[in-house]
Amino acid sequence: MSTGNVPKPIASTSSFLDDRLGAGNFLKRNLRKIFPDHWSFLLGEIALYSFIILLLTGTFLTFFFKPSMSHVAYEGSYEPLKGVMMSEAYASALGISFDVRGGLLMRQMHHWAALLFVAGMMVHALRVFFTGAYRKPRELNWLIGVGLLTLALLEGLTGYSLPDDLLSGAGLRITEGVAISLPLVGTWITFFLFGGEYPGEDVISRFYSLHILLIPGILLGLISAHMILMWVQKHTQMPGKGRTNTNVVGAPFYPAFMAKAGAYFMFTFGVIALLGTFAQINPIWLFGPYTPADISAGSQPDFYMGFLEGSLRLMPAWEINFLGFTLPLSVLIPALVPMGVIMTGLALYPFVEQWVTGDRSEHHVADRPRNNPHRTSIGMSAITFYGVLWLLGANDEIASIFHVSLNWTTYIGRVLIFLGPLVTYVITYRICLGLQRSDAAVIGHGVESGVIKRLPHGEYIEVHVPPNEAIEAHVRGKAAVPMIAGTETDEDGIPPKGMRGPLGRLRAKMSRAYGGEKVALDEGHGHGHDEHAAVGPGKDDKSLTR
Amino acid sequence: MNRITAGRRHPLARYAVLLLALGLVGGFYTLLAPSSERADAAIASGRADDVAEGKKLFQQSCSSCHGLNAEGTAQGPTLVGVGAAAVDFQVSSGRMPLANPGAQAPRKPPAPWVNADTVRQLSAYIQSLGGGPTVPTDEQVDPAKGDKARGGELFRANCIQCHNFVGAGGALTQGKYAPPLHEASPKQIYEAMITGPQAMPVFNDSIITPDEKRDMIAYIVGVREEPNPGGAGLGRIGPVTEGLVAWIAGISLLVLAAIWITAKKRQAHQ
Amino acid sequence: MTDNHHDIDQPEERVPRRVIGTPSPAAGTSLLGAEEPAAKELTGVPGVTPQDERTARKGERAAALCFTVTLLAGIAFIVSYVVFQVGDLETTKTSTLALGSTLAVALLALAAGIVIWVRMIMPKYNLVQERHPMASGPEAREYVAETFLQGAAESGITRHPLLRRTLLLAAAPLGLAPLVLLRDLGPSYANFSEKLRHTVWGEKTKDGKHRRLVVEGTGAPIRAADFNSPGGILSVVPEGYEHDLNALAKATLILIKFRAEEIKPGTNLNWTHDGIVAYSKICTHVGCPAALYEQSTHHILCPCHQSTFDAADGAKVIFGPAARPLPQLPIAVDNEGYLVATADFAVPPGPSFWERGDAEAEVRENGGHA
Repeated sequence: MSTGNVPKPIASTSSFLDDRLGAGNFLKRNLRKIFPDHWSFLLGEIALYSFIILLLTGTFLTFFFKPSMSHVAYEGSYEPLKGVMMSEAYASALGISFDVRGGLLMRQMHHWAALLFVAGMMVHALRVFFTGAYRKPRELNWLIGVGLLTLALLEGLTGYSLPDDLLSGAGLRITEGVAISLPLVGTWITFFLFGGEYPGEDVISRFYSLHILLIPGILLGLISAHMILMWVQKHTQMPGKGRTNTNVVGAPFYPAFMAKAGAYFMFTFGVIALLGTFAQINPIWLFGPYTPADISAGSQPDFYMGFLEGSLRLMPAWEINFLGFTLPLSVLIPALVPMGVIMTGLALYPFVEQWVTGDRSEHHVADRPRNNPHRTSIGMSAITFYGVLWLLGANDEIASIFHVSLNWTTYIGRVLIFLGPLVTYVITYRICLGLQRSDAAVIGHGVESGVIKRLPHGEYIEVHVPPNEAIEAHVRGKAAVPMIAGTETDEDGIPPKGMRGPLGRLRAKMSRAYGGEKVALDEGHGHGHDEHAAVGPGKDDKSLTR
Repeated sequence: MNRITAGRRHPLARYAVLLLALGLVGGFYTLLAPSSERADAAIASGRADDVAEGKKLFQQSCSSCHGLNAEGTAQGPTLVGVGAAAVDFQVSSGRMPLANPGAQAPRKPPAPWVNADTVRQLSAYIQSLGGGPTVPTDEQVDPAKGDKARGGELFRANCIQCHNFVGAGGALTQGKYAPPLHEASPKQIYEAMITGPQAMPVFNDSIITPDEKRDMIAYIVGVREEPNPGGAGLGRIGPVTEGLVAWIAGISLLVLAAIWITAKKRQAHQ
Repeated sequence: MTDNHHDIDQPEERVPRRVIGTPSPAAGTSLLGAEEPAAKELTGVPGVTPQDERTARKGERAAALCFTVTLLAGIAFIVSYVVFQVGDLETTKTSTLALGSTLAVALLALAAGIVIWVRMIMPKYNLVQERHPMASGPEAREYVAETFLQGAAESGITRHPLLRRTLLLAAAPLGLAPLVLLRDLGPSYANFSEKLRHTVWGEKTKDGKHRRLVVEGTGAPIRAADFNSPGGILSVVPEGYEHDLNALAKATLILIKFRAEEIKPGTNLNWTHDGIVAYSKICTHVGCPAALYEQSTHHILCPCHQSTFDAADGAKVIFGPAARPLPQLPIAVDNEGYLVATADFAVPPGPSFWERGDAEAEVRENGGHA
């Protein structure tokens, strides 16, 4: 390695490290690794940086928090609770809020970072889903992501129970009620989790070790794996000029991407600091200490648990008794089914899509959501399903703020949970096709220039010009959704091999519906180079407005 | 926003209120014009017979629903035995006279004829009919004399399930609701506990003593007046608004930042 | 419909003049095919376009300003920590505001500074890198497979079944060991479901009397004659267990006073006293305290999932996900006139569990009233 122009301190440090680590080869290949640029590629970083902020603020909180359920009389500085009996955990959380400088700020930042951690994961997962970035070779990383989301929910649940206030206690009680309803093992799980009868004296310290050690440890491991896989597989890129499935176009890791990532970390940290300063979150001193005897109106879980709350509220009263055993379906179904549908659906989607499309090739160029209308519609339906449950999780606040009948919000929710996803599917599908047509019009007929021209015989037309090269390349990045070749029956009416059983026929049918090109782009039109800058009006009108 | 009852936020509400106010003012003016002079004179001279004046007020403003002698009609319950505290609560909080039938009478600005004297007279009349809980003294409802911590425990045991931790109110069944306690005066809080207006249960003085009620008032008033040390209170209704802020403010700001970081800089005008 | 667009296509229309109401070509990435000036490649490295000097100088000044703001805000943060003490709501508010806003300003200014640095000083990049298929190729795979099999053969694990089997067998108890260790997470007894069937209401007090009902929050016993306002409710806990959360999680009550004529047949009148009825406050759905009582309709609403019970009619479910009524507690008065529990709940209170069975039906079969 020539070190001719390298300043001495850098040269000596780097050779010191390289002599011992052999890091040179790795850095040689990776320092200028190319990262494509798109705003939506930064969404996952919200979750990543929130996690780092959670570790930092969380460590601060552990210095002062006492995860103990032993009873003490509060002697801190918040006057309306003076002398009240409470757990040591709650008393120390109050202490962090009022008797430690910066303690309230750190508590609030920790909580806001937790909300942004989950929200960031959600928007990131949606971006990956809608652009098809989970496709081969990234299925494993997608699965890791689903695991991360599930763990994040658990981490949130164990975390917000820790202060042992009346609000978090309501969440804990519901957790217990759900756990004990499980067939066969319910009472065992509950008695082992709580060290006896609910609430016992153990659950806070047990949740504490899960929350600060076990789950973050697994999260850290999985996040590292997630990042390494992303690094090795290189990031997907949006379709565009010069971008293909075999290259990656963008800025180098060092220095540009590194600086951008650093800036985004600071932004995330700054926004969380802003929220922690100006928006009060989880004011535990107003809630009072936990007792299983009391509850407040409008007790809600944090937003990411809201959909479970909503599904529990939506459910009619079903319970089966047989042979002396009880199956509380009105707890089991809402607690397990929506979560199961969403998480399993997410995990299986890449594989189901492969099965339906028969597509086994690698994909590195992201789909624009409109170009795979069925996937986009399925995604939007899932969002609607989740959204209705989430909304229902706040139906008491909705009823109270907008003065509508609480019971009617439930009745409407029971209908919407089935109708909403269907309607969304149809609407999204039509919107996708509409957008595809407008793309086709831009390619086939150019864009409106804003120039009105009067023809010799008096007719007015608007001049169309070919689109900007970058735009055209972006639009032309569209590829037909793959489908299984030869699913049609032959002349004798016999379907091809593998498509004969009921499952095979279903697969063939789904493949034909899911795959293929819905709206083809005009192939013949080159871009910009040829001289027919203005595309005639008149005959285009129909295709433009259709 | 909790301070505004939702009835007032309905788009048609302003017209309804306007019409109603016009109707009330017009109607009561014609009814009261001849007598109000005498009433004023009587009050001014301090020789007012509260019960008699109250009866007149009752017959003008309340008897159409509650009956000429407060015996009750199909539209309104009997008021015999509800006591002065019930009258003071309902009229001073504007719930009565009722503007329009609904699941529940909302808090609203009191009718134009309502003032300390008329309420006292009306209360005296109703009290004379069949007794009942009386209006508490100022001493009984003075928040400064209560023990907040003890009141807080009673408040959490008996009130927050409907009225929420911080008295933000909450939904009940079939369109009914527990109103927010943000505007209720200490006296009204006390009266509500002893009379159990509308859907609210009764907490009589022999079970929750007047001292304990004063503790609860001290807690309610103390908490609603205390500042939010962590920034904007977000309506103090907990995770629902917090989740909205996380998405609407947090995620939006960060998306804007992402767009700024990755935006292509145009070279066209260099 | 005309085809003569060549006639009208004069050269100046290549870059059309802007018409009022249409987007300016400079606003956003234009859809129009206006030629962008070719990127100047001063370094000679394709795809790396340095900023021009003027932009870079402007950027330097702006970024430096941002970093200076960060410096000052950081100092202000430290000063705020020292200056503002905490201890009550007002001082905590001031301290949080000072610390938080200085921190936010410092971080956001740093972020802005770096973005300006990237955008105005660093070159613009449009570099291309080749991707390689993830798969390593058949040769490598074959080599790995061969090596793996060869290694297995060398190790002898395939040829020595005793070795293989005892090794697998040896691992089994070791694998179970951590699970066994978890046993003491749970309590020492194992008849968990029995625990759930009983509450402290079934136990007599130390001097052999029925347990009194006391007011939650004050611990005062309740004289039936005092609880005399129809429409009254009270949250009630067992005497002697006012602060025992495990007991409260099953035994908390909601005590309601009715007018005699309001009580409907679903309520067991033998378990009431003078229109006073006691129900478990623990919801039969997932165990939240169900205590939103409307005296006008006699509805008890659970705030968690909105199960609604008719208190006048044996707390039967009239809305929501709860499947069973709130259990009623048999109450009476002792010789001093205080309310006491004469027996435990006839059925287990609180949420359903697997071993619970249809306790209500059992009680009915035995001639009781559930």
